[in-house]
Amino acid sequence: MIRFHHVSKDYPKGVALKDVSLHIAKGEFVFLTGHSGAGKSTMLKLMYGALRPTVGDVRVSGFNIGTLTPSEIPRLRRRLGIVFQDFRLLEDRTAEENIAFALEVTGARADAIPARVMRALTQVGLAAKAHAYPQELSGGEQQRVAIARALINDPTILLADEPTGNLDERATRGVFQLIREINATGTCVVMATHDLDLVKQTTYRTVEIRDGSVVFDSGQDDADAEEEMA
Amino acid sequence: MRLLLREAFMTFRRAPLLSALSITTIGFSLYAVGLFALVAVNLREALRIVEQRVEVVAYLLRGTPAETIAQASQDIAAFPEVQRVTFVSEDEALKRARAELVEFRDAYRDLSVNPLPASLEIQLKDGFRDAQHTAAVADRLRGYGFIDDIRYGREWIEKLDRLRNIAGVVGLTIGLAFAAVAVVIIGVTIRITVLQRASEISIMRLVGATNGFIRGPFLVEGAIKGLLGGMVAILLSYGTYLLFRGQIELATSGIVFLKSAQLALGIVFGVAIGLGGSLVSVGRHLRNV
Repeated sequence: MIRFHHVSKDYPKGVALKDVSLHIAKGEFVFLTGHSGAGKSTMLKLMYGALRPTVGDVRVSGFNIGTLTPSEIPRLRRRLGIVFQDFRLLEDRTAEENIAFALEVTGARADAIPARVMRALTQVGLAAKAHAYPQELSGGEQQRVAIARALINDPTILLADEPTGNLDERATRGVFQLIREINATGTCVVMATHDLDLVKQTTYRTVEIRDGSVVFDSGQDDADAEEEMA
Repeated sequence: MRLLLREAFMTFRRAPLLSALSITTIGFSLYAVGLFALVAVNLREALRIVEQRVEVVAYLLRGTPAETIAQASQDIAAFPEVQRVTFVSEDEALKRARAELVEFRDAYRDLSVNPLPASLEIQLKDGFRDAQHTAAVADRLRGYGFIDDIRYGREWIEKLDRLRNIAGVVGLTIGLAFAAVAVVIIGVTIRITVLQRASEISIMRLVGATNGFIRGPFLVEGAIKGLLGGMVAILLSYGTYLLFRGQIELATSGIVFLKSAQLALGIVFGVAIGLGGSLVSVGRHLRNV
């Protein structure tokens, strides 16, 4: 599903990733942990094609990120759901419109959109707030709208970059539970977080990044170990 | 298509102030171009009217037979530069002199012998009314033995030539400068509206919108703004024209307004800048994320 093969990423200011190899299987739930600036976001950006590896090979859902053409980027992203710490909702559109928007850009049939949007809103528990604007919603609710938007195209992979970073404890629990439920339906989840309490609650695979290198991987199997040695 | 128009019009609804501001900016930038065009067109019109007076007059020797004159008139009328040849007889010349030269009316009144010669007045075609062509026609006329003298106001025509050249060069330079300024101002205006929606563009990219899909509404929006701005400019220019129409007189008539083809060109210019500006501005954002 996702494979990093000896990946390094250099920025003009310095090195963000150093020789990272990682394999994430279909349906897996993986935490990416580490301090700010450790390289978590860089890894996620490589996964959704916002960055290209300087060295090495990144494959996501059959796409080779290093050789991604401009027309392949939208196709890759339609297979992914992406969630951010700052929600990234369009402030001038209602919850419903924000979600519908993600369907419209993919050219979905107009008459099928309202039902699908309502289903997604129901799934994240916000059916009653369909007509609310982002500023009328709490942080937790906004993140649920963002998650509903990420799910609307039935992605095989959900990438979440600190999705609970801006939320209080109660909202964090709710959003995390929602993400776990999504994973339970078979969607692969990669969640970057530095909330170690959250990580400790579960037995999900944890990959710790420090200074651009993988320093710990609780799910590392023999094959990956070989890659690490090579 | 429906979605494209909805997204394009949404900006006007959701940011009415900014939209109105950018249309006004585009309108005034094009208005400056329009005003200049108005001046240029009227200058040219004035020159054209003056040019119509360019003619070569060939004075004929006394006693030239009428058949010879008629034959020569036909020959001269066949010159490629010549539009019309008019024969003015001695009597007609005198009649005209009496009518036009009021100061000398007394001198012309009781003449026993008409001192004025007959002449051929030769009008040149549009495009040949310059010093070079006029001189060429005059040279050829000198070949006719019965032609005594040729007048065509050489210095005056040379001055007119210079004026025409200066008007052309200055017009082109200033016109281009105005157009360039309009392009820059409109480009910046559109860039601001795109910048305001930078986050929207990045979100569209993240949810898998193609570049074409993202560009579409911005292009439509830019084109509409260019169109409306162009119309604002035309209204302002027309208002200015009405204001000055009664006050400025050209050589023989009042000032003229731009022709519909020129107005259409202005609108096309506005739409093109709107489209181009949007394309460039959005393009910058499409390279990120």
